[in-house]
Amino acid sequence: MRVVVVGAGPAGMAAARTAADAGAEVTMVDSEPDAGGQYLRGRARFEHSGVTHLKNVEAWLVEGDTLHLRGPRQLRFDALVIATGAYDRPLPFPGWDGPGVITAGAAQALAKQGVTLGERVIVSGTGPFLLPVATALQDLGATIVGVYEANSPARWLREPRAVLANRHKISELASYRKVLSRLETRTAVIAKHGSRVTVAKLDRHWRPVSHRTEHADLVCIGHGFLPRTDLVPNAKRTNDFLDVDERQQTSVEGVYAAGEVTGIGGADLAEAEGVVAGAAAAGLEPPAEVLDAVRRGRLFARALARAHAIQPGWRTWLSPDTTVCRCEKVSLEDLADATGMRELKLTSRVAMGRCQGRICARNASDLTGVPFDGQRRVIAVPIPLGELAELPEEES
Amino acid sequence: MHPDVVVVGAGIIGAACAQALKARGLTVLVIDRHGPASGTSAAGEGNVLVSDKGPGPELDLAKASRELWPELAQDAEWEEKGGLVVATTPEASEPLKAFAAGQRAAGVDACELTADEARSHEPHLNPEITAAVHYLQDAQLNPVKATRTLLRGIDITRAEVSATDGRSVTTGDGVISCGAVVNAAGPWARTFGVNVLPRRGVVLVTTPIPGTIRHKVYDADYVGAVASGDADLQTSGVVESTQAGTVLIGSSRQRKGFDDAIESKVLKALARRAIALFPMLAHVPVMRAYGGFRPYAPDHLPIIGEDPRIPGLWHATGHEGAGVGLAPATGRLLADLMTGGTPLVDPRPFRVDRPEVMV
Repeated sequence: MRVVVVGAGPAGMAAARTAADAGAEVTMVDSEPDAGGQYLRGRARFEHSGVTHLKNVEAWLVEGDTLHLRGPRQLRFDALVIATGAYDRPLPFPGWDGPGVITAGAAQALAKQGVTLGERVIVSGTGPFLLPVATALQDLGATIVGVYEANSPARWLREPRAVLANRHKISELASYRKVLSRLETRTAVIAKHGSRVTVAKLDRHWRPVSHRTEHADLVCIGHGFLPRTDLVPNAKRTNDFLDVDERQQTSVEGVYAAGEVTGIGGADLAEAEGVVAGAAAAGLEPPAEVLDAVRRGRLFARALARAHAIQPGWRTWLSPDTTVCRCEKVSLEDLADATGMRELKLTSRVAMGRCQGRICARNASDLTGVPFDGQRRVIAVPIPLGELAELPEEES
Repeated sequence: MHPDVVVVGAGIIGAACAQALKARGLTVLVIDRHGPASGTSAAGEGNVLVSDKGPGPELDLAKASRELWPELAQDAEWEEKGGLVVATTPEASEPLKAFAAGQRAAGVDACELTADEARSHEPHLNPEITAAVHYLQDAQLNPVKATRTLLRGIDITRAEVSATDGRSVTTGDGVISCGAVVNAAGPWARTFGVNVLPRRGVVLVTTPIPGTIRHKVYDADYVGAVASGDADLQTSGVVESTQAGTVLIGSSRQRKGFDDAIESKVLKALARRAIALFPMLAHVPVMRAYGGFRPYAPDHLPIIGEDPRIPGLWHATGHEGAGVGLAPATGRLLADLMTGGTPLVDPRPFRVDRPEVMV
C-alpha cells in the first residue's frame, strides 16, 4: 500500500505517521525545508522510519494515481492525503495594496523568524488567529496599537454546544492576555494612507458607523482563510473547503483530505483528521476516540465559521479606484458586469496575474455578484517550460 | 415575447449572427445556458487568421471576415500583429513555400522571409529554422470583449434549450415561439441534428515577459494537424503573446468527448514544441493551463444554412478552431441567406445537407 501525503503540517504529519504505523509505504511531500507547516514552523520534529519525507519540493498535478512533483519527479500512490492547509484571505480597502500592509499569516511567519516589519502595529480582521499574531509581534517589541475584530463576541453566545464541547479552546485565550486589553470588537481598519490609518466602528453587517484616525506603520490583516485545494480541482467542496466523508475521503476515490483544507478548526482538529485520513488511506478502521475528537472539533469549526463569517458591508469600504487585484492592477471600477468568472477575468484581467486569483478572485466574486467558480487551477504552482518538456513518456 | 429569430448560443458565432440579423432589422433573442463567450470562444487565443488556410471556401470566408473585423472589434483589443509561420526541418521548407505561393495566388498577403529576416522580426526565434513566411493580415482580439461588443443592444436570456422545431424553442422555463432558430451551440450543436463533435485543445500561459514575442509564430506542420481527422493527440508549436505580456502556447488536438482532464503528456508535448520555436522559453514559467472544445465537423468545413429537414432551423457551427476568425462573415452570410440578400461568399460549400454533416 503506497500512501502519499502532501503537506507536513499537523494534519500531514499525523496522517503520515498513522499510515506508516499501519504498515503502508508512506511518502510525505512538503514545500518547506522542515516539517511543521504554518502552525509549527520551526518547532516540529518529524522522525519516522516508515515515512520518506521529501522536503523543499512542490506538488503540482494529480493525474490518476500519479502525483507530479517539481523536478520533474512522479510518485505513484494507492491513496493520497491532501493536507495542504489554508492561507489568509485579505479584504481590500483603500491603501491595502500600499506599503505597510501585510497578511496576518505573513506577519506570523516573519515573527517566527524573529522579524517584525513595524514598530506601531495594528492587527485587523476576524477570527481567533488575530490574537496570537498580535502576541507574537508584541513579544518582539512592537507596540500593539489595536487588535480589531470586525465581528461581535456575542455571536459566540449562540454556540453553546460548540463551546461546551471544546472548553480547552476558550482557555487558550488566557495565553493572549497581554494583548486582550488592545482588543476592540465590531471594529476594522477601512483605509490606510501613509501611517494614517482609518479605524471604523462597524454595525453588524460591517458597515462603518463612525471612524477615527490611528497612527501605525504596519497593519496586519486576516479576514478568515481560503483552503489550498489546487491539486484536486474536481473534488466537491462547500464554501471553498473540501467535502469529506467520515473517513476523510473526498469525492474523488482514494483521495483523502485532512486539516484546514476541509475547514478551519485549529491544530488539534487538523491532527485528529490526519490520524483518521492516515488510517483510512492505509486501509484501517480509524480509532473510535479519534473519530469522536473529529466530530467534537467540527462542532467548534462550524461555530467558528459562523461566528467569524465575513459580512457584506465590507464592500462599502472600497472607493471606485481601490485596487482589487494587485498583480494586474485592477480596481473596483474596472470590474464590469459579467455572468461568469471567466468572462469577468477576460474583460477586466482580475485574477489573471501571478497569484492566479488566490488573493483576489473570491473578493472580486463578492464585489460583482458573479458566482464564484472555485477557481480550478490545473497547474498548482508555476513550472518552467523546460521542466514540462522533460516529463516522462506515457507511464504504463 | 415573439422574436423574429432565436439564436441558441452566445459564443462568438451566435453573437455575430445576432448582430448581423439585428442589422437587417430583425428582432433577435439570444439564449445561452451560461452567458456570453462562456464556452469555446473564451478557451482559445482570439485569433483572426488567414495564414493557416489554403485556397478554398474556408479561406474565402476568412478573408471576408478579416475585412469586417477591424470595425467590429474596436473595443476588443484588436491587434494586427501579423503571423510568422516557420519550417523547422529541411523537408518542411519547400512545402511551406509552395503553400504560401498558393495562398498568394488566392489573394493572401504572404511574404517569404530568409531566416535572418525572420530573426529580425522575432529575435528569440530558433536560428535553425529552414524557411519562414510572414502573413501581414493575421490578427488577434479579446474574444470575450468581442462577443460582448457584438451583443450590444441585443436581448440575452440564460436558459438551456432542449429542443426546437424551427418555429419555437423549448427551454427549462417554457416554450418561446419565434420566426426562425439559429443553432450556434458550437461543440454542443449536435443536440439539434448536425454531426459536430468536440475536439479538445489546451493552451499554456506563461508569466508575463512583455515584448519578447511579437507575432503569432507557429510551426508549418500546424496546418497538417488542423486538417487531420485523427482522434489521437496531435500537437504543433503555436506561440504568441498577449497585450498583458503573457505568452500563450498551443496547440493540441484530441478527440475524447467532453473529457476535460489535463494530461501531462499534452503539457509535455506543448512545451517541447514551443521550446523548439523559441529556445529561451525553456526558462519561462507556465502559470496556468486552460482547455476547451472546438466544434469539429468531420469534413472540416463550417455548417451555415437552413436545415432541409426542419424549415426554420438554421445552423451556424462547425468552425472548429477558427470561429473567432470566421465569425463576422458567418453572421453576414447567414443573414444574407435568411433575408434573401446576395450572399457575401458562395454558400454552397457550407450547406447543411452534406453527407458527413446530416445525422
